[in-house]
Formats: sequence, C-alpha cells, structure tokens
Amino acid sequence: MTSTYELSHLDALEAESVHVFREVAATFERPVLLFSGGKDSVVLLHLAIKAFWPAPPPFGVSHVDTGHNFDEVLEFRDRTVEKLGVRLLVGRVQDDIDAGRVVEETGPRASRNRLQTATLLRVIRENAFDAVFGGARRDEEKARAKERVFSFRDEFGQWDPRNQRPELWNLYNGRHRKGEHIRVFPLSNWTELDVWSYIAAEEIELPSIYYAHRREVVQRDGMLLARTRHLTLLDGEHPYEATVRFRTVGDATCTGCVESTAATPAEVVAEIAATRITERGATRADDRISEAGMEDRKKEGYF
Amino acid sequence: MAQELLRLATAGSVDDGKSTLIGRLLFDSKTLFTDQLAAVERASRDRGEEYPNLALLTDGLRAEREQGITIDVAHRYFATPRRKFIIADTPGHIQYTRNMVTGASTADLALVLVDARKGVLEQSRRHAFLASLLRIPHLVLCVNKMDLVDWSRERFEEIREDFRRFAMKLDVPDLTFVPVSALHGDNVVHRGASMPWYEGAPLLHHLEEVHVASDRNLIDARFPVQYVIRQQNRDFRGYAGTVSGGVFKPGDEVLVLPSGFRSSVRAIWGPGGKAITEAFAPQAVTVELADELDVARGDLICRPGNRPHTGQDLDAMVCWFADRSALSPGATYTMRHTTRATTVEVRSLEYRLDVTTLHRDESANSLALNEIGRVQLRTRQPVLFDPYRRNRATGGFVLVDDTTNNTVAAGMITGAATRVVWHAATVTRDERPTRGLTVWLTGLSASGKSTVAAELERLLITAGRPAYLLDGDNLRHGLNADLGFRPEDRAENVRRVAAVAQLFADAGTVAIVSLISPYRADRAKARAAHSDAGLSFVEVFVDTPLAVCEARDPKGMYARARAGEIRGFTGIDDPYEAPAAPEVVLRPGDGDPATMAATILAILNLLDR
Repeated sequence: MTSTYELSHLDALEAESVHVFREVAATFERPVLLFSGGKDSVVLLHLAIKAFWPAPPPFGVSHVDTGHNFDEVLEFRDRTVEKLGVRLLVGRVQDDIDAGRVVEETGPRASRNRLQTATLLRVIRENAFDAVFGGARRDEEKARAKERVFSFRDEFGQWDPRNQRPELWNLYNGRHRKGEHIRVFPLSNWTELDVWSYIAAEEIELPSIYYAHRREVVQRDGMLLARTRHLTLLDGEHPYEATVRFRTVGDATCTGCVESTAATPAEVVAEIAATRITERGATRADDRISEAGMEDRKKEGYF
Repeated sequence: MAQELLRLATAGSVDDGKSTLIGRLLFDSKTLFTDQLAAVERASRDRGEEYPNLALLTDGLRAEREQGITIDVAHRYFATPRRKFIIADTPGHIQYTRNMVTGASTADLALVLVDARKGVLEQSRRHAFLASLLRIPHLVLCVNKMDLVDWSRERFEEIREDFRRFAMKLDVPDLTFVPVSALHGDNVVHRGASMPWYEGAPLLHHLEEVHVASDRNLIDARFPVQYVIRQQNRDFRGYAGTVSGGVFKPGDEVLVLPSGFRSSVRAIWGPGGKAITEAFAPQAVTVELADELDVARGDLICRPGNRPHTGQDLDAMVCWFADRSALSPGATYTMRHTTRATTVEVRSLEYRLDVTTLHRDESANSLALNEIGRVQLRTRQPVLFDPYRRNRATGGFVLVDDTTNNTVAAGMITGAATRVVWHAATVTRDERPTRGLTVWLTGLSASGKSTVAAELERLLITAGRPAYLLDGDNLRHGLNADLGFRPEDRAENVRRVAAVAQLFADAGTVAIVSLISPYRADRAKARAAHSDAGLSFVEVFVDTPLAVCEARDPKGMYARARAGEIRGFTGIDDPYEAPAAPEVVLRPGDGDPATMAATILAILNLLDR
C-alpha cells in the first residue's frame, strides 16, 4: 500500500466516477444507465457495479436500438446484462418509425442516427426516468467539452448550453421538476486513452469488433465503412477485405473502422497513445454535418 | 504507468493569448490531433484569418464562435509521461467571474496570463484574487507575448514586481513567474534561445514538477456518508462516500456526527470490494463499522479527538451567480454542503468586496451577478464543517434557489459566526496618519535576522515612519514566557507574535518580526491572518546556510545542540522549512546588514506607491 497517499490518475478518475454514481443513487428516484455495448457504456456499467459492491446497482440499463447495430455488439449486450443480472430495457427506433412519430431518411446515405433522439426521449418519458447515465466524455467533441457532469434537461429533453448550472467541488445539483430530467456523465473527465488504459487494467470484456479482425470494408467520404446488410453500396464503391478494428461503435451505417492490427487492450493502448487523429474525427460521419453538428443534436436531446 | 493527476485552471482573455498558449501546450505535448488542427485551420481560413486561430479549439459553442468570445468553462485534457492534466479553461471577461470560480474550485494550480505589453491589468488582479479566494495552492503568472517586447528582461521583471506587490495582499502560498511566447513556443514546452537570462523552468516542466501531494489535508479525518449500501444475503451494511480529509484505517476509533456514537472501523472497501488498509482523500470507499448504529446520508464520520465544527451560524464568503436575482438579507435557499442539504437564511451581508481593489463596501445591501461578499448565515439544521482554508471539501458549499432550482451561489465558510460582537473601530485605517504592515524575517538561529531587523527599524524611524521590532528571543521573556520549543509551542509562539504584529500594523506601525518561525504552515497562518485583515505581509527569508550560522554561533547554542545538550534545535535535530515564495530573500553575499535593510526598505517603498 502506498505510504505517500498519492492516487494514480486512473484511481482518481475511478473515485470521481464512483462518487457521481453514489450521489445519483442517493438523490434520484428512477435512474437508468444507457448501455449500448460500446466501450464507454461498458466501462460505465463496470464502474456502476463497482460503486455499489457488494449490492447490485440500484438501477437498470436501457439501449436505444436503431435497428442498424452490429450483430456482434447486440450479442455482447445481451450476454453482458444476463451475466451481470441487470434489467435491460430496449427502446426501438423501428417502433417510432412504424408509429409514424419519426420519418426515416431515404437514399443510400440515410442514417437513423438522428432519429435515436425521439426514441430516447420517449423511453425516458414512458418510464419516468429522472436521471440518465451516459458515457459521454468531454474530450470527445468541443460542444461536449462544455458539458456538466449533471446536465439539466427541460421537459422537452433539451439542453440549453448558455444556461448551465455552475458545478463546484464535488457538489452536484440534481434538482428538477416533474417531467424534467438530469443527464449524468460520470466519465466526463476521462479521455479515450484513459478508457482503454482502464479496460486493460481491469481486464474488461468488450465486443470483438473493437479488436483487429478481417472484414469487408468500403471507402466512403474518407472513412472506412464495414459492409453489413444495413449499408447500401453507392456506384463505384468496391468492397475489399482488410484488417480493421472499430474505435467507436454506433449505427453501422455511419460508424467507420480503422486499419489496425491491435488485437489486445494493451496493443490498443499503444496504438492510441501514438495516434494523431481523434476517435470521432476518424470514424464518425454523424459529427461531420457541420461545425456545430454535436451542439445542435445535443440541444434536441441527443446523448 | 502511474501518472498523477493535476487539475489546473487557466484565466485570461483571448487577447492575452490564452487559447494560443493552451493550443501550444496541447500541440507541443503532442495531444492536439491532426483532424482537430485541420478543422481549426479550415475554420480560420473561412473567417479570413491569417494564422490558425487556436481559440477555435476551445470555443466549442456556436455563440462563442460567432461572437468571438468564450462563454463557458471548457475542459481540456493532455498528458505527459509524468502527469495527466485536466485544464478548466475559464473566460477572462468581467461578466464571467462565476466561470472562473467554477473552474477554480477543484484546481491544484492556477495559470494567470498577462500580455507583456499591457502588464498587470485589473483583470489579472481579479484572477489572482479569485485564485486565492478559492484557495488554489499554486499560482503561475505567465507573462506572454515576450516576443513583442524584444524578450526584455527589464519588462518581465517590472511586471513581476508589479504583480508581486498586489499578491502580497492575497494569500498565495506558492507564486511562480514564467516569461513565454505562446505564439513561438518559447518557455512553453521547450526553453528556446530567446531569453537566456531566464533561469527558471519552462511552463510545462513546472506543471510536471510542482509538488501538489502535500497540499492535501492528511490530518483531519473526515468522511461524509454519501450512501448506505446494504446486502441482506451477506448481512452487509456499509457506508459509502468519498474521504474528505485525513486518513482512515481499519481498527481506528471513530465518532459519528451528529449523533455522537462511537465505534471502530471494521473494514474499508474500495470500489468493487478491494480491501483498503489506508483510505485518504479523494478515495471513494465503503466503510464498515464494528457496531450496528443508525447512520445515514449526511452524517459524518471522524476521529473522536479531531472533530469538525458543528453549528447553525456561519460566516462565509459567497460569490453570486444568478443574473435574474440578487442575494439579500432575509432570503432563504437550500444549501448543499458535503452530503447534506439544508435550508439556510441569509442573516446579514457584512460587506461587498471589490475584487480589483479589495475595497470592502460595508454599505452594500445586496450581491448581484459575479459579486462577492461576506455574509452571516443561519442554517435550519446544524452543519458539520471546517473552515474552507483548512479543508476545501468540508468548507465549500453551493446555494440553490428553491423556485428555479438553479445553483445561484458558491460559498466558502470562514468560520462559525461568533456571538462575541467585534467592536467596530471608530477610527478607520485610512484616517490614521500612517499605514502599517508587517515585515516578517524568518531564518535559522544566528542567520542575522535580528541585526537586519534592527537596521530596518532604525532606517524607518530615521525616515519618520513608525516602526517597532518584535524580536522572538526578547518576547520569550514576557509574552511567550510560558512556551517551550515543542512543535505545538512553536506554533503558539508564532500565532501570538503574528497577532501582536497585526495589532501594531493595524495601528499604523511597521511591525518588524524577527523570529526563527521554522514551520511553513505556521507562517502561512500568520500571512493568512494579515490577509484576512487587509494588511500587507512581507516575508523576508534570511537565507544564511547552516554551516555559516553554526560557525557564527554567538550564544554557543549550536555547539550545545551538537553535543546533545539541547534537543529539538532548529537546523540540527528539528527541521527548518524554507519559504516557497518569500517576498525577499537575503543571502550572505547580498551585503552588510545595513545594505540588506535598505533592500527591504526599497520593497516597502514600492508597496506604498
């Protein structure tokens, strides 16, 4: 045991996240954790389990399923919640499309990314969730760099970046009226490298597609997209096989992969430490809409 | 890879080149990614700007980019093999004091920027004051744009002295100055060849090396219970929370407040059930007690011999955050403090503080957005607290407006509101014929403190200025005759001398203290007491090496200490903790005692300008 009373930065980040989980459990009635099977949400769930040991976390998890997810990720999601014994609630974008609440984009580049927001808000409303844990990190994107750990959402689920509550010390203000809710981001101060270092240190299992594997890919808009049944090929696009891995996992139609041979957490850590491109810059078409792409979607109620 | 975490707050406006500096830190430490840089270059070109505007990196919101201003605290992350850094980047404009306060609340270090051409502006003073109000232990003043003043050493030193004079009125334990050019990179990550006269470390090197571990309070064990974890199957009942001070170990006798129950620690568990042998701040742990007690969120576990204050009447400094309402006496709010929430009423507003001049306006009857003042509060339930200067975690609070649910103020508890009424002086300090202050000479026995102090007293009297020498040895014959040389006696000795010096200074006299005062913490308290009273405190480190002092040994004390005849002699078998940031350092090569006294006098004259 250390005698200098110093914490490593990962221990300090873990402590901060655990504090946030416990604060929510103590002060909210119906929290829920957004769990997609993506690495950030896997780390989030891992921390939630650790925060309440030896009791189970006093909340369940929810996934907004676009219907365009990677099969490997959905399989991992179901296996993980079963292993951990947590409740999973799936909100399907397809349901909202079928009910006519949202209209699907058309064309070969159509994406359901933006439609997720309506489904998420419906799930929150129907279940009267008052605190919603998300795995967003401030280092991901510049609008997120301004996000609070406890982020207030009005009755329409919307974010007002110019009217955020000051957050000081480790005192969080989760006060809200009925119908409003708080998005909670325990990983706010983690970076991509921190997340991977933690995954390696804690030996946390992830969906297989985070590690190098062979698959059919196609070049589009400077990204490498996986060829799946959800992707419609454009004229002149020629799929080929490559050794790739995913840095983020979202909708299969807009989440790119990178060429990589990193097959273990340690190899991924080494690769990220050397990389010069952000994970969203490399692999997320949804963030390329405009300079304020993320801010606009967040205001609408996106994660 | 066991890196430490360092949290820093940066303050300054875009004009000072703050964003460029941060961009430079990220870029030169290879944390800035190429796609981010490309996006910035593209956006800068679209805006018709000649150079990549690195401010676009941190200004994340549309309104910020459109108006060219920074609205909110932005968080930036970078790492070196030694440390991981979290930057809370706060805007410099006057209307955003609340952001600086927010960003500074958890910071270990504050980085304040000034433009070398403009020097120390009102804004820089404000940032430095807020950093000291929030008790950030380390302050770095970056004098930027040195390239635009021809890398002038004179200009840098002029700014340094100007800032130091202001900082003397504040409570800043560690102050460092670095001349940089963020645009060209000199002294940011690498030294560069342009300022060979600068002997200090480049900024990043300082950020990597600055010692922060000792800033934490490892003495006052404090554990606010955050959440109770029960697991029936295992008959488990544990109290989860984040250690807010001190060290807890299994087996420790503990006291639970406010109930007053005593028990002992059966076990301490880290996240996930890792057994912990020593828990300290800011670890998040779960504590099991040996006895079954009724303990709930909001209770506090401490050691029986060291408990926090308990009370309903508090004195506090508050910073007001709301733009649609003001703080005024009689209003009630919800106070969030440690893991408690209680209703609080503002009993009185003692004064509003001008953060630029430090002037106290006692006629003020409300605090508006970004204003800071001292209040008396009455809480509905007793609060378990420590003064903020002693512990940020148990001394800080926020106020929540019960109608809007917004966080409307941040507060720092200065202490329990005393029932002893402080007699307001009928004569104000400004009405006295002279202004006093305290000059505090510290150093080893036989370092020459008293000789220099006596010379200084003579110089001041000759110049027609009231001065009085408070000599440590002499005071031990009367005021401190009951004290010995144990650490607690030394602390009390320093406290008394500081209190007397403060009275002299308040009366308009220059109090010259000559006292070994070996411990840094005791001197810091003396400085803080002066700062609280609005009095200047000039710390003079008489830095005479031990060998020289020992060779002088006028009273034969070192010889006796070496022979083991006296125990606990400073420098021999009791430590002397040198000041980290004294206003003046005097070394044997600096001249005779009269010359040294003249050096101090020159600094005092500068202060009066």
